[in-house]
Order: sequence, then structure tokens, then C-alpha cells
Amino acid sequence: MSGTVHPKAAWFGRAWLAGGFVFLYLPIVTLVIYSFNASPLPTVWGGFTLDWYGKLAHDREMLSGLWLSLKIAFLSACGSVVLGTLAAFSLVKYRRFTGRTLFNGLVNAPLVMPEVICGLSLLLMLVSVQKAVGFPERGLMTIWLGHLLLGMSYATVVVQARLQDLNPSLEEAAMDLGARPWQVFTLVTLPMIGQALASAWLLTFSLSLDDVVVSAFLSGPGATTMPLVIFSRARLGLNPSVNAVATVIIVVVAVCVAAASLWIARAERRRLQEMNAAQRGA
Amino acid sequence: MKAPTWWRGRSAVIGIPYLWLLAFFLAPFLIVLKYSLSEMGAVTPNDITSVADGALKITLKFGNYVFMTGDALYFKAYVSSLKFALITTVLCLAIGYPFAYFMARAKQSLQPALLMLVMLPFWTSFLLRVYAWKGLLEENGWVHRLVVGLHLDTLLVQAQMIDVPGKLMNTPFSLVIGMTYTYLPFMILPLYANLAKMDLRLLEAAADLGATPWQAFWRITVPLSKAGIIAGSMLVFIPCVGEFVTPELLGGPQTLMIGRVLWDEFFSNNDWTMASTVAVVLVLLIVFPLALFNKYQVESQERRR
Repeated sequence: MSGTVHPKAAWFGRAWLAGGFVFLYLPIVTLVIYSFNASPLPTVWGGFTLDWYGKLAHDREMLSGLWLSLKIAFLSACGSVVLGTLAAFSLVKYRRFTGRTLFNGLVNAPLVMPEVICGLSLLLMLVSVQKAVGFPERGLMTIWLGHLLLGMSYATVVVQARLQDLNPSLEEAAMDLGARPWQVFTLVTLPMIGQALASAWLLTFSLSLDDVVVSAFLSGPGATTMPLVIFSRARLGLNPSVNAVATVIIVVVAVCVAAASLWIARAERRRLQEMNAAQRGA
Repeated sequence: MKAPTWWRGRSAVIGIPYLWLLAFFLAPFLIVLKYSLSEMGAVTPNDITSVADGALKITLKFGNYVFMTGDALYFKAYVSSLKFALITTVLCLAIGYPFAYFMARAKQSLQPALLMLVMLPFWTSFLLRVYAWKGLLEENGWVHRLVVGLHLDTLLVQAQMIDVPGKLMNTPFSLVIGMTYTYLPFMILPLYANLAKMDLRLLEAAADLGATPWQAFWRITVPLSKAGIIAGSMLVFIPCVGEFVTPELLGGPQTLMIGRVLWDEFFSNNDWTMASTVAVVLVLLIVFPLALFNKYQVESQERRR
């Protein structure tokens, strides 16, 4: 605690943080623990078992849902990062253009817009389009469009924050030395915002992998994503198969996020060192 | 004359995301509006535009809106959605503000780790985090045992959060706790970003001028964190009003939420026009908080430069 904080307040602060983390983590930990529960009663502990994981390996519905979800998440993460980077660029580099206020509003709105509205409106539009041109059928493609809409806004926020922190003189220097705009982007800007792009990609990937509502509106026959399978089981009550699949997801996500953030932090440190070295040299 | 290359590049950079948002965010809204003003035909909604005698004719039907005012269900659902969203926002603020404050004042070296720990649940599935509470609140779940063991359930009955002592699931209590839990990181993150940037010398100045830490907190820290409070509150409040997954998994008969009504109109009744009407009115309800959120979001983004 820094100087201005009273010692009593410091203790209160630590207790509050600890309590908050208990609140944030205990449900997740309990979920994981009960995936090893042998008892048929889902809230009573009846000994350790790995049965639910064994069953999971043969759960056709869940596995095909997972495969579909991974495909959609990969595609929407890639698309969101591209669109989000373009949007962030427009907002940061071009201070004035027609309709900038509207554009800003449109980028920010999906962050908070209730998902039922996004899902319903996109579906009604796609149905109209399909009636007119006979395309697209509801399925992977339409779910992807929905996730792209949500993911793009998140990606924009992440990339925008990074772009604003950049020192514009580096790009100006490259321009003065005769680089074309495209070269400036690929040789100067891109390496500097690489980490932001990576975290935007991961964030939009996990958002897509998790989405229920938009997917429910936009999915068609035979296109059931994993969250939809989980949701339909969870609706009926506690189900140990959900706990098992939850544990697998949580472990994979935790490992990926931890690895990615370590990598990002290391890259950041190296970049700072290089910048410092360059400044000392100059 | 051809436009210079830089100009073409610029219009592509702005144009692609702009057109995308117009086509997939704004246009669908207008279609929802159109559907809400038409009537359900035998299978599909009737079109509001028709071509008669070579002229385009638009027939607007306000039947859905009239029907909505006649049925108390919709009004009740909107009111209780706003109520539960408000309770959730207040709870998130009450837990999240001190949390973000102490996080921002913790040792500099600890802060990235703390931030990481707040972000991590945010990365794990929203759906699974809601589901987790089912196991905790169901009979014999350990939160259930704790609450009943401490006789907190009688208090909750008095607060009208549950009906009968001992039954926590499918009540307003389980709904509010579920939403508070899932949206808490959305409150903490903007508040932390705001509080971490604060100039601590202001507090020293206040102390030098004779303010107690408590006075300094209320008169300096809180007003300066207004932008963070508004951003966090809107990030919790707006999605909560239209929340569907949490009320479906944790809510009960008393927790009528508009997101569920919309869902049922669409999926159970197959009434696309009524679902659209519900959506239009929902958008009207959140349009003011939405504008507020947008204003602060834009301001904070521009100020960073």
C-alpha cells in the first residue's frame, strides 16, 4: 500500500480483495471439484471418479458441437481482428470524416447491446436476404456473421487503446524517409501493435466459443455449437457431463491465457529495452 | 482526375468497417422496426410494403404496440428487468468500487497479477459461470448450507428476495447473485483503469490542507472516478436489462425478464412481429443509458491522446 493509506485501511483493503477473489473463484473451483464426483446426486460428494470424462470422450453431440464451435471461433477471431484493426485505425488516425460520430456509436454499441436484440435483428435481416437471393442458409456461416459483429467491437477497443499509446513520430519518421503508407503500416505500425492484435484475437476467440444467445438465433438444423449443447442440458438441471466439459474448457483457457500473457509481457519488456537502448544510442 | 493513392487507402480503411457496421448492425435494426410495424400472417409476417397500381404503398400496423399496452405481462416484465438490472448494478458497484480502489492502491509490482486474476474468470465461459451457481444454491450446495446455517434466509425472505426459508434457487436472490457474479469484472476493470491513473499528489495536497483520509476519499477520489463509475455501471446495467441466460438458468416464476419474453415470443410462439415489437421497446428503454455510455467511452478514448 502506498504512503497515504492508513494501516487499518490497508488491512481492510487486503481483506476486501481476498473476499472478492473468493467470490470470483469459488464457484469455478466448485464446478471443477464436482466434475470428479461419483455420487448420482449432483450436490452431494460421493467419492472420486473419472467416469464423467470417460463418458465425455464418447459424447457425440458434445464433440461435434465442440468442433463446430472451434471452427466458428477461429474464423470469427480472425475476421474480428481484421475489421477491428481497420475500425481502430479509422478512429485513431483520421480525426475527421463524414459520419465519424455515428461510426463511433456503431462500434461501441455492440459492447453493451443485449444479445437477444443483436441475435433477433441479425436473424430477421438474414432471413430477408435469403428470401431475396436464396443465400445464406442458417448454419456455420450465419453464426460466424453474428460473432463477427460482437467480436469486432471488442477487437476495436483493444487495438484502439494500443494505437493511441503509440508514438506517432516513429511513423512520421518512416514517412519522411520515403516509406509508402502500406510499408509504414507493415514495417512500423504492425510490429508495434502485434501484442494488442494477439490479445484481441484471443479475446474474440473466447467470446465466440462462449456465445449462446446469438448462436441460438442464427443456428440452423445440424449446426449446434457446444455452448448450445451445454445450455440445453444445463436448463434441465445439474448435469455432471456439463461439469466435466466445463473443467476441460477452464483448464485449456487458463493455460492458453497464462501462456499468452507471459509471452505478451515478455515481448513488451523486450520492446521497452530495445527502445531504451535506441534512445541511449541516439 | 484520379484521386491520389493515399486518399483511396483512407477511404478503404474507413469504408470497410463502416459499411460492415451499417449492413450488419444498423440495417438489421431497421428491419426489426419494420417487422414490429407489420402483422403476423399465416406463417410469415406480412410485408408492410406492397405495390399497387404501380405505386409503392406502405401500410403500418400498430397492432403489436396496442396489444402490448393491453397486456400487463409486458409492462411487468420491463419493470422487473429494469429493477433487477438496477439492483445488480448497485451491488456490483458496492463490491467492485472498493475492490478496484484497493487494487489500484496495491503495490505496483502486484498490480499486473491482480489484474490478471480479475480478467481470468472473464475469459472462462460466461455460461459455465452461471451454471456453477446452480450447484452452489441448490439444496446441499455449500452456499445454500452457509446461508441456511447462518439463518440469512429469513433475512432474505424479509427483503422479498426469496419466498420461503430454505429455498434459494429460482428466486430473485439467485438471479441477482448470478448476474452480479457474471458482471462484476465489467465493473471492476473500467474503475481500476480510472483509479490507477489518478494523481496521488492530490490526496497529499488534501491531507496537507487538513482533510481526513475519509473526506479526501469522498471529495477527491470519488468525483475524479466519475467516468469510471459511469462506464462500469453502464457496462453492467444495459446488458442486464436484456439478459437471457442467467434468468433462464437461475431465475424462477417471479423473475420475469424481458429477454426471456422476447425469446419465448420468437422461439415458442413463433411470433416474429411481436418479438420485434418487444425488441424495439427494449431499445427505447436503454437508448438513454446507451448514449451516456457512448459519450463517456468516446471521451475517455479521445482523452488518452
